[in-house]
Amino acid sequence: MNNELTVGFPSLSRNESLARGVAAQFVSLMDPTVEELSDVRTAVSEAVTNAIVHGYGGAGGTVTMKLVSEGDLFTVTVSDEGRGIGDIERAMKPFYTTDPQSERSGLGFSVMEAFMDSVSVVSAPGEGTSVTMKKLLRRE
Amino acid sequence: MQIVCSREGATLRVALTGEIDQHFAAEARAKLDPLLGDGRIRRLIFDLSGVAFMDSSGVGMILGRYRKLTSFGGSMDITGAKAGVDRVLRMSGVYGLCTKGGGI
Ligand SMILES: Nc1ncnc2c1ncn2[C@@H]1O[C@H](COP(=O)(O)OP(=O)(O)OP(=O)(O)O)[C@@H](O)[C@H]1O
Ligand SMILES: [Mg+2]
Repeated sequence: MNNELTVGFPSLSRNESLARGVAAQFVSLMDPTVEELSDVRTAVSEAVTNAIVHGYGGAGGTVTMKLVSEGDLFTVTVSDEGRGIGDIERAMKPFYTTDPQSERSGLGFSVMEAFMDSVSVVSAPGEGTSVTMKKLLRRE
Repeated sequence: MQIVCSREGATLRVALTGEIDQHFAAEARAKLDPLLGDGRIRRLIFDLSGVAFMDSSGVGMILGRYRKLTSFGGSMDITGAKAGVDRVLRMSGVYGLCTKGGGI
């Protein structure tokens, strides 16, 4: 079964739970294991939180989440039109954060990479960020 | 989401219930910091058995409370983390800071 859903929402922290809930509902239609469902919820929460806190900061803007299922392959893209990332490779390093004052520990990208099969980031300073993650379900 | 604190002498037990993301973490900070701020708590126990979900923002909140506590010389433990929560905690290395490392 192929399916697709795109949602956009303002960068409010309460929308983090809304976004991962929507992603979980979407993935539920793909008959995932409990663990797969939990992995997707966590990875989506990380990407959406980054868009809200780092992408837009206090400024505010729209976060877009696109969900796609093709057979057993789940793909989610989380995009913002915020600040963007200069050095993507460095940003993705474990424990790297530009915001230690807010008690961030630089774990978000590591969690996305551990919980999904692939994570790719398209970003440039001032041009927003787009994070695409893929997961093949029921991969024994 | 719910935060229940119980204090016994110098030990503060914090039972969290619900989903710990950035939104929840802000509330937990606001509730816990006044209790940790006077230096009388020497031991902090996070009971996560009621936590259905946690991401890196939750880890940041726990690590931040740990730093606050240890600035007065206290110790911390984390109990009851379910599989998904436990995995995020393991990645962060936070169990290494706990007196009973590895989670209990
Ligand atoms: N959408 C984004 N827009 C701009 N910068 C971003 C975005 N996502 C990530 N970054 C940058 O990449 C860094 C690393 O992100 P990561 O999620 O790994 O850690 P963190 O968010 O800083 O901390 P944690 O996720 O542990 O709370 C961030 O500190 C930020 O500088
Ligand atoms: Mg992050």
